[in-house]
Amino acid sequence: MTISKSIKRTDAREKIRGEAQYIGDMSFDNPLYLKTVRSTRPHAKILDIHLPDLPEGCFIIDKSHIPGKNRMRTVVSDHPILAEDEVLYIGQPILLVAGPSRELVYQISEKIRIDYEDLPAVFTLEESEKQNCVFTEYSFSKGEPDTAFAQAARIIEDEYRTGLQEHVYLEPQGMAAEVKDDTVFVYGSMQCPFYVEDALTEALGRPSDKIRVVQTTTGGAFGGKEEFPSLIACHTAIAALATHHPVFLIYDRDEDIICSTKRHPSIIRYKAGLDDNNRVTVLDIDLLYDAGAYCGLSPVVLQRGIFSATNVYNFHHLKVHGRNFRTHTVPSGAFRGFGAPQSIFGTEMLMHNIAVSLGLDPLEFKMKHILKQGDPSCTGGKIHDKVILPELVERALDLSDYRQKIQKKKKFAGVGISLFLHGCGFTGNGEQLIKGKIILRKSKDRVVLKISSVEMGQGADTVLRKIVAHTLDLPIEKVTCEIRDTGLVPDSGPTVASRTTMIVGGLLKTAADEMKSRWNEAEDFEISKVYHHPDFLTWDNDTFQGNAYPTYSWGVNVAEITIDPVTYDIHIEKVTGVYDVGRAIDERALRGQMEGGIAQGAGWATLEVMKSKEGKLVQHNLTDYKVPTSMDVPEITCDFIDNPYEFGPFGAKCAGELPMSGAPPAVVAAISNALGIPLKEIPVTPEMLMELERHED
Amino acid sequence: MKIEFILNGETQTIDVHPARRLLDILREDFHLTAVKEGCGEGECGACVVLMDGKAVNSCLIPAGYLEGKSILTPEGFKETPRGQILEEAFIEAGAVQCGFCTPGFIMAAESLLNENPNPTNAQIREGLSGNLCRCTGYQMIFKAVRLAIEKGEGLW
Ligand code: FES
Ligand code: FES
Repeated sequence: MTISKSIKRTDAREKIRGEAQYIGDMSFDNPLYLKTVRSTRPHAKILDIHLPDLPEGCFIIDKSHIPGKNRMRTVVSDHPILAEDEVLYIGQPILLVAGPSRELVYQISEKIRIDYEDLPAVFTLEESEKQNCVFTEYSFSKGEPDTAFAQAARIIEDEYRTGLQEHVYLEPQGMAAEVKDDTVFVYGSMQCPFYVEDALTEALGRPSDKIRVVQTTTGGAFGGKEEFPSLIACHTAIAALATHHPVFLIYDRDEDIICSTKRHPSIIRYKAGLDDNNRVTVLDIDLLYDAGAYCGLSPVVLQRGIFSATNVYNFHHLKVHGRNFRTHTVPSGAFRGFGAPQSIFGTEMLMHNIAVSLGLDPLEFKMKHILKQGDPSCTGGKIHDKVILPELVERALDLSDYRQKIQKKKKFAGVGISLFLHGCGFTGNGEQLIKGKIILRKSKDRVVLKISSVEMGQGADTVLRKIVAHTLDLPIEKVTCEIRDTGLVPDSGPTVASRTTMIVGGLLKTAADEMKSRWNEAEDFEISKVYHHPDFLTWDNDTFQGNAYPTYSWGVNVAEITIDPVTYDIHIEKVTGVYDVGRAIDERALRGQMEGGIAQGAGWATLEVMKSKEGKLVQHNLTDYKVPTSMDVPEITCDFIDNPYEFGPFGAKCAGELPMSGAPPAVVAAISNALGIPLKEIPVTPEMLMELERHED
Repeated sequence: MKIEFILNGETQTIDVHPARRLLDILREDFHLTAVKEGCGEGECGACVVLMDGKAVNSCLIPAGYLEGKSILTPEGFKETPRGQILEEAFIEAGAVQCGFCTPGFIMAAESLLNENPNPTNAQIREGLSGNLCRCTGYQMIFKAVRLAIEKGEGLW
């Protein structure tokens, strides 16, 4: 049996039957419920807080209850766990109310009055740029961009924009905490148990052996449960210590949308120089990402954004400049694709629009620029592995009948194509720094995986167990995962960056191979492995030169759309995706990732309008913020071409984030094709199209 | 307020505030936690139960409305022949990822097939349009429903 042949997901049955325990399904003896009191001002000094009389058994928790440092630990630890004297965005946590029922803590929180003195605030990227409120700034270049611009036959300048996006994991954020025998236990919905543990160590000022973080069944995450859960884990742990009760903190949808992180809105400016043969010889890219009120992990989001900005293309001369800006809005954070979908959208649409404006076929134009094996990447790292992008394109054209469709174009119907990639694993030397660890334990004829990578819906449990079971020739039931409890598993790194199958799965495969050779030993034993970065990869984090990623996964999307001639409603009829993810560990699980990613990408590109006005989100519930329903999703066809990667388990590379970058430019190219107008901004809405058509007339 | 209703086939009498949501009654008072709260405002369908055979969002049903009604939750449905067919179909089709939406989809599918045992693809889409899934892109859920129709020949 080949590894790719699909098996039944190991967690499907208990989820279908409603038996899986999400955080809201847990129970404790006499728990208290927490309600967060939040800033109603985008930028203000807190002058005074007026508390009502508290009923017995209720508590107020503020910054003075924090035993350790009042900062949530992440890449840049600048977010206070509970506000100090100043608030920087609407929704920032100030106090916690604890009490025996949800209704009661809501009532108390309604009675709390806070006096503020408003301070000047910045709401948009443009304003922030004018005032130079920069958090982080990076740049790098390749070749001789200045000379190349001087020699260019034609220069084209353009600007692209992408909007806010909310994750809408179906299970809202939630945590619970209790103190048992001087150890703080925190349970909840999360991607990264050890991120949470790190944050707690600092906030509680206690050693990690007095803290246990336990992941509960996680109802979707998409990056939204990467760093944000650390904040509410601190809230619950501080409250449990202060009140001597187990505490629950579970957000309802509105609160979740108002205060949790979002995808960074972006503005991306391009200057392209073309030669006489209409080849882009030089590109200047200037990326502006809106980080919101706190910096958090925005620096690494921006890094992936800038290293993905050349997408699948080899521009010989290049200048890339990226900045994160502060605005007084809810902080931006991790979201599937991590800064790459923004820059890939910009670059794909730039290529599309240049081709159309020169009267060229967009696909042919793009194909003239694609990377090949052996080429230097944008950061000068050699592309070591075989690039099968032309095969992916051919397959996508065949499956979608693209050529035929683009020739026989009708008004109000369009077809568009996108090419894209995703850098697998952490950016730069991240994997080397993190050094993921795993343990494989044999007890009699059973094997237990001890890892901190979580199942959050993406299928990690099934895929990782399958890698081990397949290697050892065991039925999958004999191979299980230890629960993700930081007291029981080693730190195999966070469940992010599409690194789980390739990096953690790779370690498990090596351990399983070794276990196989020792299988007949009489005693039970454990094998542990620590990640080692392949030696031929180089990276200089000061100059941004070398292999920004160990390898890449690649994809091609063809989108077919129609537009209602009266309402301008956009119907995405069909999306065809063809991918190179090395090798599929489980084809159906992989297909599930691609289909979900296409829906989420298409949603971001069209339906998912989220605006903020003076720092306040206009859409803050699921009535106003539309994510794709069963009526909106297109028919989806996916296919995969094997291109095994030497250092991945069974040849697997990365997959989960890849599809997020593909659908937006394909869909928008199709809309542009339908109406014959250039498009440079998402989400594309019917109102926007009507407005543009009016201008065209 | 005293209310008598049928829950998963058994008559129950409860004494609650008439505005208390059915979702809370099920999850908190009866510890039936298969229904989930994804939005609390009737938009996501994670809380779907059947009321007299029709899918309703339990987050929108106040206790006062329950008198004399018959409520079927995923717990009451899962061991029935139709429940078993849908369970197998959802597994086989790969229709489950994070699973938070899944019990709601199962109940919505039951309601759909109850009303129309032979829906077209467009009717399947329409019948499930009150339930959100952020993980799957819905394709495998559509497939699961078609599979259940095939496997459950004559059951609906
Ligand atoms: S929780 Fe009832 S519809 Fe979302
Ligand atoms: S499986 Fe996660 S929302 Fe449907």
